Amino acid sequence: MALTDWERLASVMNPWREFEMLNRGFSGSDVSSGELPLFNVWLSTDTVTVTTEVPGIEASAIDISVMGKSVTVRGSRESEEVKHGGAYHRRERWFGSFSKTIEIPFTVDADKVEAKFSKGVLYMSLPRAEADKPKKIAIKSE
Amino acid sequence: MAETATKEVLKKEAIISAGIERTRSTKVYAPAVDIMERQDDIVIIADMAGVDEQSVDITLDNKVLTIYGTVEPEIPENQRLAFAEYGVGDYQRVFTLTDEIDREKIQASVKNGVLKLILPKAKKAETRKIAVKAET
Repeated sequence: MALTDWERLASVMNPWREFEMLNRGFSGSDVSSGELPLFNVWLSTDTVTVTTEVPGIEASAIDISVMGKSVTVRGSRESEEVKHGGAYHRRERWFGSFSKTIEIPFTVDADKVEAKFSKGVLYMSLPRAEADKPKKIAIKSE
Repeated sequence: MAETATKEVLKKEAIISAGIERTRSTKVYAPAVDIMERQDDIVIIADMAGVDEQSVDITLDNKVLTIYGTVEPEIPENQRLAFAEYGVGDYQRVFTLTDEIDREKIQASVKNGVLKLILPKAKKAETRKIAVKAET
């Protein structure tokens, strides 16, 4: 059932996140929750669109793989090395490798997945596989 | 194996001065920045996903450098937001510059949603040595 699938997805993505965000606002602690990169998920009956913000890397450095119901996004971002005896005054940007998998409530048609990367934002359009679409059953009256 | 990215990535909302209200209804986030000082310049790198060279405004008023990025959220057609881990909105961050920056030569560029500002240091007045004469 689609609803339970989505509930499961939400719980996989950490149900306490909102609470932690609230908590962090008060304590200012540096606890990181939610795996990198952060996803936004858009849904219609036959397509799921996943967007994520990964600024500062090239489209070719992002690796998307689809298997059945799961979609994995991988990549890495290098830190810019300081040259000529420079020093950092502030270092807030993240760097390193990332990998994240999410489960979609239906089987994805891997051949029809479209991905676009623009201005540091990745858009993935994941259509539902034809075989997975619900079939309408005609009822005969006797 | 590369270092795993574990740094804080949650977007923080920008600090807007009291008494100033916004006319746009979007949220404003403070972009994460790296600031590094090199021999001849200071480099500011800011993560501003969704911003390109046309939608970023950089203003320098007296000593205050303001970065403002406008983001037009792209909403997929006929789809509803089922789950959101991050918010989409504009970016703003304000810095105070010292006199040592050569204002005329500031360079800015945007690539893949990352803003890079190069602030060259002004040439300092050469130190003068004053000869001291002995009074006779």
